[in-house]
Amino acid sequence: MIEAIGLRKRFGSTLALDGMTFTVPAGRVTGFVGPNGAGKSTTIRVILGLDAPDEGQAFVSGQPYGTLRHPLRHVGSLIDASALQPARSGRNHLLWIAHSQKLDGRRVDEVIELVGLGSAARRKASGYSLGMRQRLGIAAAMLGDPPVLILDEPFNGMDPEGIIWVRGLLRSLAAEGRAVLVSSHLLSELEDMADDLIVVGRGKVLANASVEELLSEVEAPAPQLVRRRAALEDVYLRLTGDQTEFRAGSDREDER
Amino acid sequence: MTVTDTSPLDTGRGASSFAAALHAEWTKFRTVRGWVFGLVLAAMLLVLFAYLTGNGQHSGICVGSGQSGATQPQCGQGHPLVSVGPGGEAVADSYYLVGRQLRGNGTITARITGLTGVTSNAPANAAPSLARTRPGLAGWSKAGVIVTASTRQGSPYAAVMVTPAHGVRFQYDYTHDVPGLQGAPSAAAPRWLKLKRAGDALTAYDSSDGTNWHELGTRTAARLPASVEIGMFVTSPVTFGGLATSATATFDHVTLDGRSLGSGWRGQGIGEGPPDFYDVLGAGGFRGHDSAFVVRGSGDIAPAVTAGGETPASLLTQALVAALLVIVVVAAMFTTSEYRRGLIRTTLAAMPKRGHMLAAKATVIGALGFIAGAAAAAVSITLGRHVEATNGNYLFPLGALTEARVIVGVGAIVALTAVAVLALGAFLRKTAGTVIGGIVVFVLPAILVVPYVSGASGSGGDPSVPLWLLRLSPAAASSILGSLPSSSQVSYPYTVGNGYFPLSPGVGLLVLAVWTVVLLTLAMGALCRRDP
Repeated sequence: MIEAIGLRKRFGSTLALDGMTFTVPAGRVTGFVGPNGAGKSTTIRVILGLDAPDEGQAFVSGQPYGTLRHPLRHVGSLIDASALQPARSGRNHLLWIAHSQKLDGRRVDEVIELVGLGSAARRKASGYSLGMRQRLGIAAAMLGDPPVLILDEPFNGMDPEGIIWVRGLLRSLAAEGRAVLVSSHLLSELEDMADDLIVVGRGKVLANASVEELLSEVEAPAPQLVRRRAALEDVYLRLTGDQTEFRAGSDREDER
Repeated sequence: MTVTDTSPLDTGRGASSFAAALHAEWTKFRTVRGWVFGLVLAAMLLVLFAYLTGNGQHSGICVGSGQSGATQPQCGQGHPLVSVGPGGEAVADSYYLVGRQLRGNGTITARITGLTGVTSNAPANAAPSLARTRPGLAGWSKAGVIVTASTRQGSPYAAVMVTPAHGVRFQYDYTHDVPGLQGAPSAAAPRWLKLKRAGDALTAYDSSDGTNWHELGTRTAARLPASVEIGMFVTSPVTFGGLATSATATFDHVTLDGRSLGSGWRGQGIGEGPPDFYDVLGAGGFRGHDSAFVVRGSGDIAPAVTAGGETPASLLTQALVAALLVIVVVAAMFTTSEYRRGLIRTTLAAMPKRGHMLAAKATVIGALGFIAGAAAAAVSITLGRHVEATNGNYLFPLGALTEARVIVGVGAIVALTAVAVLALGAFLRKTAGTVIGGIVVFVLPAILVVPYVSGASGSGGDPSVPLWLLRLSPAAASSILGSLPSSSQVSYPYTVGNGYFPLSPGVGLLVLAVWTVVLLTLAMGALCRRDP
């Protein structure tokens, strides 16, 4: 389980996080959605102990990330799939991460199998497509068999087949009792997969509820699939509607 | 099914997270072929440049003998010898001895009434010869009485002697020196000298009248054989400017109490032949009998100085610079490439303790740098000795301990430089800036002092030597290559050019270590303060 409590962080004149507060429960897929620049990536970096918040605290399994002895056994994360040393093979990339957590090559081969990288894992990472990099990043997140997973925009660059695979994988991981937080700036990527949605804008939570609860806000009778989608999109746009000027204002998400 | 908060794989609870970080950083390094290649390249460059130095520097000159290879064919065969004293150190041991064998205890007494000499006038590239000289003595020309374990060079000994500039001295076993009466000997002010052997103890006395004796001291160190050589000796060292000299002393009132073998005094040149490295001016000789003699000799009995010759350490001066250039790039890349790719966030997510991460990275690059540097230095010294020998030259012997210190020191320089540049990389986060900064701070000073340090050019006493670079900059660490002790008993330009550094090896290395620690502190501060 993940807790973010009153996170506040300023980059120069931009208030990136403005009291971000939420909880991600175990056993569910939680969608983390909002327009570009809403503070999703900054929140994730704060949870992972990479960025220091000006105010507030974040806990993973009840502990600040920095105090975890082998953190990847508690939280698996994917924040930037293209962050690879081009000359190093995918398998060796996983191997050094494994060694940092006192894991060995057998576990590396297991996760390579799990994400279906297969023989490509022994090639240099410079030759990987974006989709392969995403799979490698998910493999890295799964190395420690963690009870908590945090994935920042995992669908970027994936082909439809890959997207379907990731959705299935994340659903089954949640079904095993893990807490799964998946961010996206596109609601459509999350809607069929997420149990809960945290809708953010301008550095704070706009709505945090199950998909069912969000739908019930729209006065619509037992909607069909198509109408359900439309209704959810409706809720999202209504929540984030006044955030649009933010998109032009700060591109921090893109630049990072 | 539910999973617990801690993954079932988390079994390594007891193991420290630093050990895991170390393992991870080692895996990172070895899985990028370019970095491993860079490390090997640095070691290979060190060996290559040491080889070129050893092979190229003195091709036409017979090192240490001051004789041109073109005119002195014997230089091509065999190589000059440097004697090793009882303490294992390199020594000069060449003089003319008028002596006899003494069995058991005994005492020799002599009076010296004059000491004169000549200095070589021959051009620098020609052999010194008595035919081309001008009057003049070296300050440390020596004439006196001696007891030596044997006539083999490097033997333990004690001698009491007169000198032109340093008065009467009692010297023994090459490094010990006790002053006696002031002033040079003359007919008006003769000097009486006495040396007494009792077992392993050799006691020296001086006197201005032969009646009132003053004890100078006793040497008791190394064991002496039952039979020792006892007699008069004369020797005269190379001047500060590098010219060979010869001295002539007038002895009278020579007496020997004790059981001596043989019928009388025999003259013998010690270390006068071409195989010895020390420049002598002509052969020594003597005339006289009974108790009055005139003895001529050339050479020195003292700690050896390199006189421009290559030592195992001086081979490495330029080679080290070449290796450091490559190491700077490897160490910079090891950190900055992570920043460039954003991989630093993966690293810090896996190893959230910044200090552990930085220490692990520094340990990996430091250990690898040490191994590469020390191994290359060891190979270079072995190879250099072989190459010099093949060319008819020689490497000045340092003794096993000093050689080991040089090898370890080169490893330490490479290691500390690598760690410092790694820290600089963590601070600057940019590859180009780190490589340039690393070269400017850690290699450029060494490059600037190379012309002065590789003193074969003969620029020995160059006053413009940027000594402060060798005291304060990271190049101070090259004093680890200053391998010979300087001695007050030898008039010699103890300059950087001749391989004598302003700082002691340990202090020089410490200066570099301070630079490294400062940069590590800066890097640590930046890592803790900044979001990656």
